[in-house]
Amino acid sequence: MTPGRIGFAALVAYTLSSVPVQAETIQVTIDKLVFAPAEVNAKVGDTIEWVNKDALAHTATATNGDWNVVIGPKQSGRVVLKKPGAADYFCKYHPNMKGHVLVAP
Amino acid sequence: MIARLSAGVLTFCLLSAPAFAQGAKPTDPQIAHIAYTAGQLDIDAAKHALEKSKNKEVREFAQDMVRDHTEVNKQALALVKKLNVKPEDNDTSRALTKQAAAKRAELAKLKGAAFDKAYVANEVAFHKTVNGALESTLIPSASNGELKSLLQTGLKIFQGHEQHAEHVAADVK
Repeated sequence: MTPGRIGFAALVAYTLSSVPVQAETIQVTIDKLVFAPAEVNAKVGDTIEWVNKDALAHTATATNGDWNVVIGPKQSGRVVLKKPGAADYFCKYHPNMKGHVLVAP
Repeated sequence: MIARLSAGVLTFCLLSAPAFAQGAKPTDPQIAHIAYTAGQLDIDAAKHALEKSKNKEVREFAQDMVRDHTEVNKQALALVKKLNVKPEDNDTSRALTKQAAAKRAELAKLKGAAFDKAYVANEVAFHKTVNGALESTLIPSASNGELKSLLQTGLKIFQGHEQHAEHVAADVK
């Protein structure tokens, strides 16, 4: 290994170790008009992925208007959480479906 | 006033489900027919709204009704086929159909915002009636487990529609 390569490897190792906690993808299942889990704890940068097992279309719509994801029948949809704070969300088509996301900074 | 009174009487009759007044529980073939009929009537009402309404929110709601009720009825048909049950016409289905025809004639005379308001108000009332019947009579009477389960999911969907219709009603007021 040449000195250059060693330097590069060290740099890569250093860069990787200094990266903060990796963003995660958190899965929420929709089955028979229920978001499960209904409560999610996440961090800024995480992604929520809704997996719709129903044969009906649903949405995940934040009550504060920050995001609105349409999830087709047997499809999935996702949103990247950009802002910290608590958000309630619901399905626009079936407003009796409710969920909650707590986003840590 | 007379029209309002008779609509009230009809609603009362539906809620009290005259076909089962003698304490006879509806059979699975009758339950399947009632649930399917209610769905089809709501699809027809939604298609009527799509012909008449120019309001974006009302049209989106109507499209949601066509999409959801078509899917639920598709599942209902698949289930009755699988169970080898032949849906059977009955007084409740006939009363629902008659009431829907009267409402359609009433709505046909209206235009613009008056139509939107009346259509959405009827959607709230119709889902309320059907959900009440599902909870009090149809679900408890269903003897087949798969039929019962489909009705229970249907109830959740239609309760969602009822709330959705209430939101739209508040906006078109």
